[in-house]
Amino acid sequence: MKSIAFIAFCAALPTLAAAEVTVSDAWARASILANRPGAAYLTLESDIADRLMSLGTPAAGQVMLHGTETDANGVGRMAHIEVLDIDPGTPVTFSPGGMHLMLMGLVAKLEEGSTFPLTLSFQYAGDVTVEVQVFGIAATGPEGAE
Amino acid sequence: MTTRNISISTLRRTLWALTGVAAIAFGAAYFWQAQTPQELTSPRITGEAAITNAYNLTDHTGRSVTADSFDGQWQLVFFGFTHCPDICPTTLAYMAQVIDELGPEAAQVTPIFITVDPSRDHRDVMAAYVDAFHPRMVGLTGTEAQVAEAAGNFRVWYERAEDASMPDGYSMAHAGHIYVMAPDGRFVDVWLEGDAPAEAFAADLRTLIQSTGSSS
Repeated sequence: MKSIAFIAFCAALPTLAAAEVTVSDAWARASILANRPGAAYLTLESDIADRLMSLGTPAAGQVMLHGTETDANGVGRMAHIEVLDIDPGTPVTFSPGGMHLMLMGLVAKLEEGSTFPLTLSFQYAGDVTVEVQVFGIAATGPEGAE
Repeated sequence: MTTRNISISTLRRTLWALTGVAAIAFGAAYFWQAQTPQELTSPRITGEAAITNAYNLTDHTGRSVTADSFDGQWQLVFFGFTHCPDICPTTLAYMAQVIDELGPEAAQVTPIFITVDPSRDHRDVMAAYVDAFHPRMVGLTGTEAQVAEAAGNFRVWYERAEDASMPDGYSMAHAGHIYVMAPDGRFVDVWLEGDAPAEAFAADLRTLIQSTGSSS
C-alpha cells in the first residue's frame, strides 16, 4: 500500500516541479500626467489551475485588475476584477481595449524607455516578479516596441 | 376541495396570463421585424438627423468654441476622460494615427477630444493630454451642463459610475465612438477603435475629402 502511494507521489513530482506561471510581454504605456492612472498589459500562462490574487509595484500606490466591457452600443465601462482564475494551458492576455492593469497613484510619470518591477502573487505559484517595459503613449502591444 | 378549486383557478389565471404575454411578445416581435430594415448592418448608427454637431465649450488653449469654430474642417469627435487608462488613450492614439496616415489631407481634418469628466479635466489637463497625442488635436471641456449638452447633441451616452476602488471614488462609463463630421457640420459616419485599422479609416476619410473637394 505504502509503495503504491510512493509511486503515485513520484509520478506527481514532475508535474509539481513544472507547475509554474509564465508571465510574458509585460509592458505599460507611457503616461502623460503623473496624477492620472497608468495602464500595463501582459500575458499569463500556467501549467496548473491557479489564481492571481494580488499585484504590486514600487512604481504605483496600487495595481488593480480591470476588465473593459464594451457592450453592443460601444459603451465601455471598467470592471474591477478581484481575483483572476487561470485555466491550465490557456493563456490570459491583457491588451488595450480588453483587460488591463490599472496603476493608481503613480510615483512618477511612466517614461517611455524605462522599466519598473511588477510582482504578481498567485495562489499556488507564489510571487512572480517581472520587469515591465514602458512604451510610447501610442503603443498598442509589445510587438510595437521601439 | 377548496384548495383544489383555488389551485385550478390560479392555474387558469396563470395560463391566461401566459397567453397574454405570448400574444404581446408575438406582436412585439412582428412589430420589431416590421420596423427593422433588412439592410441595416450596424445598430450603432442612429441616423443623421439624430446627431447634431452643436456645443459651447472651452478648448485646451482657453478659447471659447462652438461647433462653428471648426467650420470648413472635417472633424473626428471623441468623448472620453483623462482618468481612463485604457480605452481613451487607445482611441486617441488611433485618431492620431489616422491623421498621420492621411498625409496632405490631414490639414483638412481636426481631431477633437471632448471630456465627459469636466470636474477633473480642466483646461490645463486637456492641453497636456491632447499635446501628447497629436499637435492637431483639440481638447474641449466646459461646465457639467455644457458637456451634458454637447454629449446629448451627439447622442453620446455617459454616466458617472461610483466605485470606491477608483481614483476619487468614481469612474466614467461612456460610449467610445469616433464621429466623423463634415466641414458643414453634418454627421457622416461613426467608427470604433478596434473595428478597423487606422489605414482603413484614413483611406475612407481621404475618399470622403477628395469626393467633396471635387464637387465643390
